[in-house]
Amino acid sequence: MAHTTLEAGSATLFRPGTSDSEIEASALKAMRRRNTAVRFWQIAILVFVIGMWELSSNMQWIDPFFYSSPSGVVERLYEWATEGTTEGSLWYNLWVTMEEALIGFFAGSITGVFVGIGLGRNRFLSDIFSVYIKAINSIPRVVLAPIFIMIMGLGLPSKVALAFIMVFFVVFANAFQGVREADRNMIANARILGASDWQVTRTVVIPSAMSWIFASLHVSFGFAIIGAIVGEFVGARFGIGQLISIAKGTFDAAGMFAAILLVMVVTLFAEYIMTLIENRLAKWRPQQHLDTQ
Amino acid sequence: MQHDNNQIPAIELINVSRRFVSPTGKSLTALRDFNMTVARGEFVAVVGPTGCGKSTTLNLVTGLARPSAGEVRLMGGPITGIDPRVGFAFQTDALFPWKNVIDNVMAGPLFRGKSRTEAEKSARDWLARVGLSKFVHHYPHQLSGGMRKRVSLAQTFINEPEILLMDEPFSALDVQTRTVMHEELLKLWAERKASVVFVTHDLEEAVALADKVYVLTAGPATVKSVYTIDLPRPRVVSEIRYEQSFIDYCKTIWEDLREEVETSYRRASEAA
Repeated sequence: MAHTTLEAGSATLFRPGTSDSEIEASALKAMRRRNTAVRFWQIAILVFVIGMWELSSNMQWIDPFFYSSPSGVVERLYEWATEGTTEGSLWYNLWVTMEEALIGFFAGSITGVFVGIGLGRNRFLSDIFSVYIKAINSIPRVVLAPIFIMIMGLGLPSKVALAFIMVFFVVFANAFQGVREADRNMIANARILGASDWQVTRTVVIPSAMSWIFASLHVSFGFAIIGAIVGEFVGARFGIGQLISIAKGTFDAAGMFAAILLVMVVTLFAEYIMTLIENRLAKWRPQQHLDTQ
Repeated sequence: MQHDNNQIPAIELINVSRRFVSPTGKSLTALRDFNMTVARGEFVAVVGPTGCGKSTTLNLVTGLARPSAGEVRLMGGPITGIDPRVGFAFQTDALFPWKNVIDNVMAGPLFRGKSRTEAEKSARDWLARVGLSKFVHHYPHQLSGGMRKRVSLAQTFINEPEILLMDEPFSALDVQTRTVMHEELLKLWAERKASVVFVTHDLEEAVALADKVYVLTAGPATVKSVYTIDLPRPRVVSEIRYEQSFIDYCKTIWEDLREEVETSYRRASEAA
């Protein structure tokens, strides 16, 4: 039950005898006013930044050849969307990148969760492997891109491998930590109540590691995209990374910004979906108390 | 034979020692030559200075820990792993926060392979008994400390343990709630007649609830003395504390306990 704190510190002092519904109404009003103010400033900043960009580009304060302009970027996006890019349809290129990122993301996070929970539950194995994991983890993942492309070629597998390896370590580390942080009393409680090892893992360890795992999934979709795009930079036939790479080769600033915008929108969308799923799964967590100021 | 069977104590700890070995190889003795017998249906309280090894005795009975020497027997038999006849009430909150009240209470029967409908039926029954029928679908964070404690009691009692181990279960509650919980515990215990070992640092709580009070020495813990509390049952915990006999028991046992508390306090300040 979400109770709203009504005795807001610096807010209105109600005269004695004010009814609860009056106080509630004024609290709601204050809350709405605050939300509107936040939204207003968010939009204002966006409009200002884009407006300044457009203006300084038009006025030649910055070189439009290198910095392009918002209208130029939108124009390029429209052109790509309607007429296609030099490398075929925009949607196909977007799909190629998404496919690489999604496969890498799912494979990486599922493997990460399994290995993390497995090693987290088995101290002996984790003591053995921890040194190797640390060593591999210290490699900056992007340097693996040339090797993957050399071994697996210009197509899908090399990008998936790179996205996978980027996602895996993040998710693995969080799942492992989450399992380790599982409350010892809670585990003892489950065991005394009669749970087998597997039941303890399923009903206590995994749920308590879930918030850690989700925290890592939020960042790791971004990592999957990084993996796919860096892979495409190094060598590919299609994909958003390849579009950026070609735009760079032809000094097409608008094209680069258009590609970046595209990736941004897609990643935000994925993030949104993830938050929806998380909120569904984590309905047991305490709801935030709202403050009326 | 049936007659003999009832003579066998529910819990026996015979010359039990328990040592912990730290990762650096140093050993620490928590229990030394510890002897305790709990008859069937008996309510035993264990008091002692903080950190003396009270909780260790309980872990030995659950089977979560093994004695380094000596023997622990449940209902006359040796302990192999976690015994299904044992229930445990924790000091801190051990409810599963991602399960709602009824799922928490159902956990025990489900772990033990009962069907969902059966488990749900007895969970509702137990929640009614602890007065939480209206909170079946709440999550633990939505309940007060006292209500959470009642959920964990229901969660423990639903397995109908013959042996109930309680590790300072009410120490986190405020005084009024604690008295209410004492009465509820005695009521539930009177219905079931489980054998109880109740660990606490609160002497009055021990005297108010128990048939027998064990006083432990400062660590490594051994039994210093055992007192039989001969107060009539059923007891009303909120009123019993004003009776002369209750006060006398508390005084006598406190005289005994004080030395140990002072020893443990002195050692702690020396170590610091």
